[in-house]
Amino acid sequence: MAEKKVFEKGKMVPVPSVSIIPERDLGKTPILECSHLGIDFGGLTAVNEFNITVGRTEIAGLIGPNGAGKTTVFNLLTKVYQPTRGTILLDGMDTHGKTPAQINRMGIARTFQNIRLFSSLSVEDNVKIGLHNQEKYSMVSGILRLPKYWRQEKAAHERALELLSIFDMEHMANYQAGSLPYGAQRRLEIVRALATNPSLLLLDEPAAGMNPSETAELMENIVKIRDTFQIAIMLIEHDMNLVMGICEGICVLNFGQIIAKGTAEEIQSNPTVIEAYLGKQQEGGAG
Amino acid sequence: MRKLTQKIRGLKKTTKVDFATYLGVILAFIAVTLLGRFGLLNRSLTGMLVPICAYIVMAVSLNLTVGILGELSLGHAGFMSVGAFSGVIAAQSLQGAIPSAPVRLAVAILVGAVFAAAAGFIVGVPVLRLRGDYLAIVTLAFGEIIKELINCLLVGYDSRGLHMAFNVSGSLTINDLGLEPDGMAIIKGAQGATGTTTIATFTAGFILIMITLVIVLNLVRSRAGRAIMALRDNRIAAESVGINVTKYKLMAFVTSASLAGAAGALYGLNYSNLAASKFSFDTSILVLVYVVLGGLGNMWGSIIAAAVLYILPEALREFADYRMLVYAVVLILVMLATNNDQLKALAGRILPKRKGAADNG
Repeated sequence: MAEKKVFEKGKMVPVPSVSIIPERDLGKTPILECSHLGIDFGGLTAVNEFNITVGRTEIAGLIGPNGAGKTTVFNLLTKVYQPTRGTILLDGMDTHGKTPAQINRMGIARTFQNIRLFSSLSVEDNVKIGLHNQEKYSMVSGILRLPKYWRQEKAAHERALELLSIFDMEHMANYQAGSLPYGAQRRLEIVRALATNPSLLLLDEPAAGMNPSETAELMENIVKIRDTFQIAIMLIEHDMNLVMGICEGICVLNFGQIIAKGTAEEIQSNPTVIEAYLGKQQEGGAG
Repeated sequence: MRKLTQKIRGLKKTTKVDFATYLGVILAFIAVTLLGRFGLLNRSLTGMLVPICAYIVMAVSLNLTVGILGELSLGHAGFMSVGAFSGVIAAQSLQGAIPSAPVRLAVAILVGAVFAAAAGFIVGVPVLRLRGDYLAIVTLAFGEIIKELINCLLVGYDSRGLHMAFNVSGSLTINDLGLEPDGMAIIKGAQGATGTTTIATFTAGFILIMITLVIVLNLVRSRAGRAIMALRDNRIAAESVGINVTKYKLMAFVTSASLAGAAGALYGLNYSNLAASKFSFDTSILVLVYVVLGGLGNMWGSIIAAAVLYILPEALREFADYRMLVYAVVLILVMLATNNDQLKALAGRILPKRKGAADNG
């Protein structure tokens, strides 16, 4: 077992008591630490007491029945909603009062449950927009097409194709994003998010609408992305094969509350989780 | 030659469209100049050349706001007005300092662009932070406010410099400026600019169109332009990839306003008399019609629509009274046609390589 506190970056980093962080990430600042996170919409508490720690190269899963507040958590993490209470630390830095764009520059990238591509633009342009903050030339050098423009645009073009090659999509670079088939649009969203050079990637139902073989391929790719980019990935998914297959730590949400945290085996045998999904088992009942 | 053809084939489709646009404008300029040389243009058409250039610049610049940024502006004539009158003041008062007319024209256009950009900035800063149709409402009001402000403006120039008065009470006249005997009135309130030396030329108009095209097309194909189009297509997704919404909205809007100001200065220096009522709501809508008919985000479409629709009412002079009526009907028809799935499917069959998967050049 790890020590209670670890010394890193000149300060003591607390290791959460109920940790689901994989062994290799212990001792480093967690990429994400949420404590007592919550939001109310009017009188309705959508998320409450959300505490989670995600390791630097962890693949974490967020599951729960429909309406449990999973997407709301993502919206809180990316500041689409400002939390009513609680703190979010990203790589040890407080994200209080930041805008969604600033959050992205701090290192969180995301995809959306209902795909949000720049559908009238080409696939390549979608990825290049993800590269926006890594290109540094000004508006004037863009208009006058100074050498800086050509250099950086060439680099962006190559980088975009390289990123698209993760999903073997280079040949689609000139297609219009909105004309792609559904699965390819989901993959393009992941590529666009990766282009922003994140340290934490949030995937909102990446396998929705995919058939079993596509899902299997996606699972491999998610692991491949984690291994090549050495980033943390947190995903919301209803496909239990995917979640149980690749997630190292799983967090179950119901009615805005965390009801269980643990590894796949622990979650599968947790009576509270089974109850949340299947309802309470009747005494001696068969069904 | 074959090498060149291959090179052209290898270019991206957007690059090809851009070059075709530049080439089209250059060819049109050469053709019109040659026709003029041989005396084949009638007087009324010759007189329309500079306004056509100004309206083309207006249409292209409004297309940047409406087509590329995706925000509705109903007061584009207001920016044109700001550019026109500041340009006229600059040109008239610099007559002594800059004797060369083309240089003075260039300076006046630059002054017009700067003043219109400032106006765009002032309007844009508060409004572009809001969501929805607020920009349309505020720009509509802006156009009317500018018109009324210039109606009250008295400007004169003499050996002691520029004199300005604001005729709020309605009782002041140009004589109240206290001009020296050698002075001249530049703007006389509701009468507008009078006695302006007309220095705008067709060649200057052509150069302004080319500069506008370079600015707008290169902006669209750059990092900033992609960010602007990303905001148009999906604001939430654009924010999620780290794009500063207000900054890029403002960038597009101010650029658009300053180009409208440049067009205004060119337009204003083409007439010896120009009243502020010329830049009314009707003018804003007229330019918007050019943009919508030419196609949102489609620069060569705006150019053709502006040129054709400016000439058409003059050519059909007897129908000029019904011009606005015809525009309204055409606008409605175009809206119906572009939103009709059957017509879209038909267009898709006729032009199979228009969009999407087949577009692989």
